[in-house]
Amino acid sequence: MSAVRAEGLSKLYGEQPAVVGLDLEVAAGEIFGFLGPNGAGKSTTIGMLSTLVRPTLGRAWVAGHDVLREPRAVRGRIGLVFQEPSLDEELTARENLWFQAELFGIARADARQRIAALLDLVDLTERQESLVRTFSGGMRRRLEIARGLLHAPRVLFLDEPTTGLDPQTRASIWEHLRRLRQERDITVFMTTHHLEEAENCDRIAIMDDGELVAQGTPEELKAVVGDDLVTLRTGDDQAAAAAVRESFGVPTEADGAGLRLRVPDGAAFVPRLCAGLTVPVHTVTVTPPTLDDVFLHYTGRTIREADDGPVSLADLAARR
Amino acid sequence: MPRTDTSYESAAALADPLPPAEPTATNSRRLAQELRTVRILWRRETIRFARNRLRVAMGLLTPLMFLLILGTGLQSAADGFDQYRAFLFPGVLLMALQAPAIAVGASIVWDRQSGFLRQVLAAPLSRGSILIGICLGGATSGALYSACVLTTAGVVNVPYAPSLLLVLLELALVSFAFTAFGVVAAVAITRPETFQIVIGLAMMPMLFLSGAMFPAGGLPGWLGAAVLLNPLSYGVDAIRRTMPGDGVVSYGGRVTGPERFGWTPPVLLEIGLIAFLALLAVGVASRHFARSR
Repeated sequence: MSAVRAEGLSKLYGEQPAVVGLDLEVAAGEIFGFLGPNGAGKSTTIGMLSTLVRPTLGRAWVAGHDVLREPRAVRGRIGLVFQEPSLDEELTARENLWFQAELFGIARADARQRIAALLDLVDLTERQESLVRTFSGGMRRRLEIARGLLHAPRVLFLDEPTTGLDPQTRASIWEHLRRLRQERDITVFMTTHHLEEAENCDRIAIMDDGELVAQGTPEELKAVVGDDLVTLRTGDDQAAAAAVRESFGVPTEADGAGLRLRVPDGAAFVPRLCAGLTVPVHTVTVTPPTLDDVFLHYTGRTIREADDGPVSLADLAARR
Repeated sequence: MPRTDTSYESAAALADPLPPAEPTATNSRRLAQELRTVRILWRRETIRFARNRLRVAMGLLTPLMFLLILGTGLQSAADGFDQYRAFLFPGVLLMALQAPAIAVGASIVWDRQSGFLRQVLAAPLSRGSILIGICLGGATSGALYSACVLTTAGVVNVPYAPSLLLVLLELALVSFAFTAFGVVAAVAITRPETFQIVIGLAMMPMLFLSGAMFPAGGLPGWLGAAVLLNPLSYGVDAIRRTMPGDGVVSYGGRVTGPERFGWTPPVLLEIGLIAFLALLAVGVASRHFARSR
């Protein structure tokens, strides 16, 4: 059974489409990444899947339940970590978890055990009696993830879980997520606009302007682009570009930093390239395709160009 | 949307899907969970109240200034009437609970953007019980503030009699009503700025037109009518009539409460009216709340 399934899921804000005809299937136990620039419709999608935003059209099932017909059943089976902080800063870490346990109707004795285990999982046992106000961004995030897991959800939704965190904290959160999947067999559905982060996912879907443009494993998607990127800096870029075009039949792009061209096997191509050029070559770099190339391939622009400022679930709620 | 979600998810069902139990068991379980929600939301408010002493002190500053500075000043300005501070006391108690009660509505408006409420909404609970829990939390918070002011009763010649406990209950009810009105405004208004303006514009006139500052009887026609229409007038009057001591109700022989054709509603009716309006507000708010997603 798939953990998340969407059929033609769409959301319009007035006339403005936010998500259009989304078809999606996420298998149980996957770490699924939803990649796209800010404003692509990722948060809206998470909102719809987590029953907080009402779809305009289409249907979706999460953990086997219809998000429209059985919102409560869905809510009981998902964990949710919002992009914006949603902890109570005036309560301690432990009290925040306790609060969640009460809301989800977890029996007291059971809750005590789970809270202890989760605090341990996210390395916050020593700080459990401190007010959340005194926590760093990374600690808050970890606590929110722990809170999202408290009721043993089947699917954990993470909306930009590592935004605004330093690389070290980001790495540690990923470590926690992987440990989680091993220990609890949970499906993780996360949005991100960090390409490096998407590389960590089992499968990713790329979204742009409210539409799904591609999905697959990072490797599959990169294989579509196929070619390596070769960047070279020479004494005379213009002459070099002409030579490359004539001898190898490969088009080049020039920018301030040098010449760029794409070939199937970059490493093997470089010796032939250097031998075939008469102008002095300063540097040659070969880069295998990245997800940014994938994004470029499908949308015609890089993800940074497409980024039009952060949009949160909250903005969407205000827009409704 | 059609409410077809009738199967409540128990804690056990979260881990493993169980076949739905027979309806009665499910219902009582569901009720238990709704009550638990209400209780934890209420508990949260009391923890926050106990923890933030500075905010409590700030919240008490304005009402105490009204009571001790304005009250004392006006009392000495009014020749022969030496009970103005006792007269003003109910109004000051209401001032104390206003701010924390309204803060609940404000937090709903702000929490659309971030904050703890989002997480509450993501839990498998009915919108109604979330809302009632929030309102009871605000009511408690407000009642605690006014209870602090209530301890100064002796200073303004209101004796410490057991009936002060009844006053406290009335204050809790008014606090609940205020919270509910704030919540109605909060679910109807989505922009925080607008909410602040609306509340700012509503609060002061409501207090002024409640007979809290001056007797409600014998006012010029338009003003008298406004006082009669203001639900808060009945709260002020009920509290004033429950308050122990004899200087409080009388204001040099003038009618202090809302009166029409020589008839003032009995205290219980006044309380009933406030309770009715509060419940109405909760009903309206939770309907609106449930639909707004």
